[in-house]
Amino acid sequence: MSNHKKLADFRADIDKCVKCGACQAQCAVYKTIKRESTVARGKIAIANALLDKDLPLDKRFVLDMSQCLLCGSCFDKCPNLVPTDQIVMAARREIAERKGLSTFGKAITSVIKRPKLMNTLAKSSDHFGGILFKKIPDHSGLRLRFPLPFITTDRSIPDFTPTPFRERYPQPIGGNTDKPTLSFFTGCMINYTYPEVGEALVKVVRFMGFPLIIPQDQGCCGLPALAAGDEKTVDQLADANVTAFSCNGQNDVVIVTACASCYSGIGERYRAMGKDYAQMGDKVVDILKFLADNGLVEKLQQLPRWKETKRVTYHDPCHLRTQGITTEPRAILSALPNVNFVEMEGADKCCGLGGTFSVYHYDTSREIGKRKADGIAASNADLVASACPGCMMQLQDSINHAKLPQQVCHVLELVADCLPDS
Amino acid sequence: MLAKRVIRLIEDIVGAENVTSAASDMLCYSYDATQQKFLPDVVIFPENAEQISLIMKMANVENIPVFPRGAGSGFSGGSLPIKGGVVLVTSRMDRILKIDEENLVATVQPGVVTEQFQQAVEKVGLFYPPDPASLKFSTLGGNAAECAGGPRCVKYGVTKDYIIGLEVVTPQGDIIKTGGATMKGVVGYDLTKLMVGCEGTLGIITKLTIKLLPLPEAKKTMLVMFDSIDGAARAVSAIIRGKIIPTTLEFMDSATIECVRKATDLELPEQAQAVLIIEVDGDSDMIEKQAKRILEIIQPLGVVATQIATTPEESEDIWKVRRSVSASLRNVNPDKFNEDICVPRSRVPDMIRKVNAIAEKYQIPIVNFGHAGDGNIHVNIMIDKNVTGQSEKAEHAIEEVFAGALELGGTMSGEHGVGNTKAPYIPMELDPAAVAYMKTIKQALDPKNVLNPGKILLENAPKGLE
Repeated sequence: MSNHKKLADFRADIDKCVKCGACQAQCAVYKTIKRESTVARGKIAIANALLDKDLPLDKRFVLDMSQCLLCGSCFDKCPNLVPTDQIVMAARREIAERKGLSTFGKAITSVIKRPKLMNTLAKSSDHFGGILFKKIPDHSGLRLRFPLPFITTDRSIPDFTPTPFRERYPQPIGGNTDKPTLSFFTGCMINYTYPEVGEALVKVVRFMGFPLIIPQDQGCCGLPALAAGDEKTVDQLADANVTAFSCNGQNDVVIVTACASCYSGIGERYRAMGKDYAQMGDKVVDILKFLADNGLVEKLQQLPRWKETKRVTYHDPCHLRTQGITTEPRAILSALPNVNFVEMEGADKCCGLGGTFSVYHYDTSREIGKRKADGIAASNADLVASACPGCMMQLQDSINHAKLPQQVCHVLELVADCLPDS
Repeated sequence: MLAKRVIRLIEDIVGAENVTSAASDMLCYSYDATQQKFLPDVVIFPENAEQISLIMKMANVENIPVFPRGAGSGFSGGSLPIKGGVVLVTSRMDRILKIDEENLVATVQPGVVTEQFQQAVEKVGLFYPPDPASLKFSTLGGNAAECAGGPRCVKYGVTKDYIIGLEVVTPQGDIIKTGGATMKGVVGYDLTKLMVGCEGTLGIITKLTIKLLPLPEAKKTMLVMFDSIDGAARAVSAIIRGKIIPTTLEFMDSATIECVRKATDLELPEQAQAVLIIEVDGDSDMIEKQAKRILEIIQPLGVVATQIATTPEESEDIWKVRRSVSASLRNVNPDKFNEDICVPRSRVPDMIRKVNAIAEKYQIPIVNFGHAGDGNIHVNIMIDKNVTGQSEKAEHAIEEVFAGALELGGTMSGEHGVGNTKAPYIPMELDPAAVAYMKTIKQALDPKNVLNPGKILLENAPKGLE
């Protein structure tokens, strides 16, 4: 019995689509390509035709189902709440099951299943540096990222850290024992490419006095595998994570994420998988939401304001926006003494990364990123803050292509910056 | 199936990358918001009038039907390829060519999305009022072809009141200009008005010249609940009789309110049997006075509660009530026939009584809401097609709703158009001589009947109610 719904299980949801066309207003991919097969209404018609055997599962079907950012915007605004992102993921599982994983799917899943290989790749990334990676200008901390198929000719790719983040904290970090212990799910990008986000989290959590543990045996959240339709890998990773986060018998542990994608991968997804997975999923909280709910905003408001502040705007990661986490990051940014927070146009629009999407469809992804860059330019911000390393990478790429001066960072980094060193 | 030779001809005209006959694309351009399905043979994405002209010439030589399409969001089947052939999509012609602030006129291509246009003109303090519910995704070309309406049309009029000039490719492939950028113009027949609302049967719009207004300074939104449907319906007539024309005057009946209650957390007290959403716009002073006067007029008609928005957020909360209707209807029954009859404004109460009697007679839920301020009521006949006999009941009910509207001096469609879905009912509304007059026009302009055939007028038009 699979832990994941089949495409056929979505029959009732597919029937709910009344073809009104409202999804056209939401879909970043549709707005770029302007073909009906890219928008939710079209994908649903195509998925339905596959179930009815009116269309074969051919290359074209694979292409159609690949053209989705899984950003959930169409679902948010659908009058009948048809979960197209879920349907597309189920269709991708159908593809993987019937056709085998695509070449890309195989490549990415083979690495995330084997943390050791990933460590090796990370440690040897200097070797790749000159040939394969385009350096992000002027900003040392952001030049990190997987060596996998993102290597297209002119994408800005972050470098790998020689010391993965989790290895830096093998022991629990003490705190006020009256407070619940936080267990940090780092995700791959923070571990291998954005360790500074992890460092910022450690500093902020220490400041707030929560005990912190970073389980060493944790792995990938499984979202890339899920997007590639590889449910077997999703399950294997989930089993490993459930074991790693059994939390030494402590029941009051809160599992925090600082990556919106991981938040979805081990939260929303595990809850849908039921059993032990759901028990773990229920404990998962986004760090910004957790901090906002536990008094960080008030503490920040008490700090003396800096003479020179940075103008900062915020990009909503889809995986937080669709879970209703939009006000907390803004409340934190607005309270920061070193920040002058401004909104930008299209803050809630997908950055265009869409996990595997930008690998298959880099040109479209870039077009979508270009619109994002327009909003960033108009905001006149110095920094763009977000809460998802995936978005951070894509936003920096879009900014670099638009030849804009902005740097991208995580909200946590800005918080850490204004706290005293402990 | 079109011959390979014909496909090559089409590819030569618009470029191979802008032509598709892939099975999944045919499926994706087979539907619109009516949920009917007619597969085309080929879908094309031209980029200018010259290409469309060549396509129409080819279509006449080869005898192939051509179906123009904007966003495919129509409610009457206007863009559906009911005879196969070519679907011609305007999505690549999506540029705003000019916003002329000195003359309050804009020129656009047909594929521009209505809301994008509105946002662009509002940035420079101008205003394009027509606001069909689909404005976030429907196109100006499609709006013009169907002569779309919307809530604001009570005060500001419909699409045809703003289109003053067009560039059109005729069914035989000529490129003509109608009207122009002047506020007046009486040389020759008014072909602009003929084209707007022709549902793409007399020409394909390739450029639009649009009249704009100054953007009103402020607006005020009110939600008023009534203890009876009759009270609300009479309030609509009373406001108009009081010589006040609000920007919008939206109406929701008790069945609608029940749907909203079940589907959302919005607070609507038990006594509320009908709701009016009233918005006024203009100078701040004027709208305060108007709002006050409106409340005075309607107070004796059984008002149980009133919410007046003082901030944009509160106004948004009120509109949320209206916008949640469409989604919540599904809780009544899965299948919906959305008819958009329009009656003289004073007859709104009579029409509501008639619809309720029809619902009673056939024992099927009918939910009424819509733009009561201009007499345009959306009558939603809710059935479950899987229940035996319900589809037949719905067909009878639709016919009686149309007949009821016509008896009151109304029309069977205020803004959705005829397409193929209402074509069979045309003789109920138009007398034979008027139908013959229209047919003569169509036959003269499109002797081979290649441009959007089967829409509005044809005898034995397929109903397509699958």
